[in-house]
Amino acid sequence: MELVTAPLPGAAPARHALVDAAGLRAVCAAAHVADGQLQTLWASDERDRVGGFCLWVALADAQGLLLLQLPLPAEQPRYPDLTDIFPAAARLQRAAYDLTGVRAEKSDPRPWLRHGAWPTQTFPLRRDTHGPAPTDEEESYPFVRVTGDGVHEIAVGPVHAGIIEPGHFRFSVVGEKVLRLEERLGYVHKGIEKRFESLPALQGQRLAARVSGDSAVAFSWAYCMALEALCDATPPARALWLRALSLERERLANHLGDLGALGNDAGFGVGLAQFSRLKEDLLRANARALGARYLLDAVVPGGVAFDLEDAARRLLLETLPPLETEVGTLRDIYADHAGLQDRFLGAGRITPALAAQLGLTGLAGRASGQPHDLRCDHPAAPYDQLQVHRITHSDGDVAARVAVRFGETLESLRLCRVILENLPPGAVHAPLPPAAHGRPGLGWVEGWRGPVLVALETTDGGGIRRCHPHDPSWQNWPALEHAVIGNIVPDFPLINKSFNLSYSGHDL
Amino acid sequence: MNITGVTAQCTEIAMSVAAAPLLLGWVNQCRAWLQNRRGPGLLQPYRQLRKLFHKDAVLAANASPLFRLVPYVEFASMGLAAAIIPSLWTGLPFGAAADTIALVGLFATARLFLALAAMDIGTAFGSLGARREMLVGFLAEPALLMVFFTTSLIANSTSLPTIADSFARHPLALYPSLAFAGVAFLMVLLAENARIPVDNPATHLELTMIHEAMVLEYSARHLALIEWSAALKLFNYACIGLALFLPWGLAQGPADPGGLLIALPATAFKLLLVGAGLALIETLNAKMRLFRAPEFLATAFLLAVLGLLVHLLLGS
Repeated sequence: MELVTAPLPGAAPARHALVDAAGLRAVCAAAHVADGQLQTLWASDERDRVGGFCLWVALADAQGLLLLQLPLPAEQPRYPDLTDIFPAAARLQRAAYDLTGVRAEKSDPRPWLRHGAWPTQTFPLRRDTHGPAPTDEEESYPFVRVTGDGVHEIAVGPVHAGIIEPGHFRFSVVGEKVLRLEERLGYVHKGIEKRFESLPALQGQRLAARVSGDSAVAFSWAYCMALEALCDATPPARALWLRALSLERERLANHLGDLGALGNDAGFGVGLAQFSRLKEDLLRANARALGARYLLDAVVPGGVAFDLEDAARRLLLETLPPLETEVGTLRDIYADHAGLQDRFLGAGRITPALAAQLGLTGLAGRASGQPHDLRCDHPAAPYDQLQVHRITHSDGDVAARVAVRFGETLESLRLCRVILENLPPGAVHAPLPPAAHGRPGLGWVEGWRGPVLVALETTDGGGIRRCHPHDPSWQNWPALEHAVIGNIVPDFPLINKSFNLSYSGHDL
Repeated sequence: MNITGVTAQCTEIAMSVAAAPLLLGWVNQCRAWLQNRRGPGLLQPYRQLRKLFHKDAVLAANASPLFRLVPYVEFASMGLAAAIIPSLWTGLPFGAAADTIALVGLFATARLFLALAAMDIGTAFGSLGARREMLVGFLAEPALLMVFFTTSLIANSTSLPTIADSFARHPLALYPSLAFAGVAFLMVLLAENARIPVDNPATHLELTMIHEAMVLEYSARHLALIEWSAALKLFNYACIGLALFLPWGLAQGPADPGGLLIALPATAFKLLLVGAGLALIETLNAKMRLFRAPEFLATAFLLAVLGLLVHLLLGS
């Protein structure tokens, strides 16, 4: 079958194609055979425009993004189930139904994001729904039961003993051995996609940055990339380099925090103390040189909201070598600590074959032999000039995810140095021309957790018609269920931390 | 039993109960220093207790009377143990009331009640913690008994004060068997008191907990008593270790107030060292995988048996 694709403008390499139901499955199956992955899936209400709904499926292949658009009727919008091709589609399809009422045929009928918070036949993302009608309807959510001699369930969360985000984990165990884990998420559904629709396009990056606070730069950059694609504009070179600097520093802050937390979860408090100190130094340097500890509002449409004075640039450069030395020392301490390695090695393993089947992505994917890194595969400016080294590992266990974090931390430090030494002069912001409407714009950025995608469509009045932010956690949460099978219950927190997935970015 | 003896006995119990949180605070403080942190201060456990005693208790709707009773049972057991263990005087009136085997039984009773209370509410975590606690306990107890047997054979008595008295009188005698027993005892101490590498007292990860998982349902004064008993348990274990392996400086003979002059600073100094050593062990080690705990405790048992054999075969 010949697929007619049209290139989409913008920094992200993307093509667009209209498909029918059979074509959707055929293209997905062909992409799967060619090692493509499902990037995201969402639905939109187009009844005001074309009298129906649309399903959008974004696939990542060797050439970049392939955006498939499937028009659906206004009555009984149904499309073929994709979970047999891409297992990661399952929860995206359930979420799409909860929000728009567009359902995959013969799919899991349980709600995913709804949680009884609004009535069954109300779909918040439809254009005629204004504010979900609250309901106190008691919702039953049947978990998959495992039966057998000595099997029992441990229900954990959504409220945990520590201060972390809410998620429910249902373990079926025999003694301490985990037979099955079923996650239930969606507790922090905030209606972000609906909120986008009441914002002017030029301010959407502020909300995008808050989709998942630890990936603020990645989401706001992806949003701006999508908007700039619609405006057919490219920000000044200096702005792009400063965005890359912000993104790498966000990656550094998260990796440093995670490496410490991983040590702490294995009972090695020294690791937490040392890495917390390094992270704090990094954040303070951010505050002094870039004006904020976490770079929530650093990226704006058309450029960045800050400039780097020469003194601040030198200050940042000076902080890099000592940080690099200390990370190297701590890497040796982690590597030489028998007790720590005993906890890390072999725990929560996802083999490369399983990772490929599940579509494991980002950092966790790279630790399981999936060599995808947007900064290397489809480098958008300025990464095309930075030659990022890809860090991969094939063991797929906690130790591999720790090793990839160490490798990426050192690589990010190198990138920061190269960026700071070669920062081009010029403006940091250029005003954007009006955005085109009637077509989607895509932004695609490799955040610290994995590829972040933002799909954006604007209205002719400069507002947002539909915005879909996608966090890589969607792909990796289901993989966590596989990673813990056969492990023991007390190792779960360590395995979970080694993925460190987002709840907020997933629940939206 | 005379009035001096009773006073001395009461002083010792009061001292143990009052100083136990201080030892815990010292261990935490040392740990903070070793990790380049400033630490919350020596008095943090007391502040914690005061805070908890001022709160209103929340009980699960299906809590049985046993659940309310257990904190008091725990505290009473550990207080009673403190009365038996010679931490200042060896000639205390209560010392003759129970020997080392009874002491092990007392600890086992406390453990049993805590495990029952943990299962009482019926949450997954309580049962999980109780199950793990029993796993650790049934392996730690024999090792502890073996340690006591070795020392009892050397001192020809199973009474802890008598053993301590006997060792303190021969300060220069070297017993290789005691070296084995000492290491075994240290391992039992770490396991029984929920310290790293067996359990992590500072964790918030409910799925990894042993001791903490059992007491998740407790609040306010009940929790305060449980935490105080845990601190007292650590204090008691430290004092048992000191009585068996470093008894020098204890006031010997009939209890009299004059003995305190040497015994109090000596015990305080030794506990300082114990606390610092414990913090060092906890800083250098990571927490073991749960199923390494049996191996760890089997090693402790093996060492204790070796100590016993060394004594029986070599007479040393």
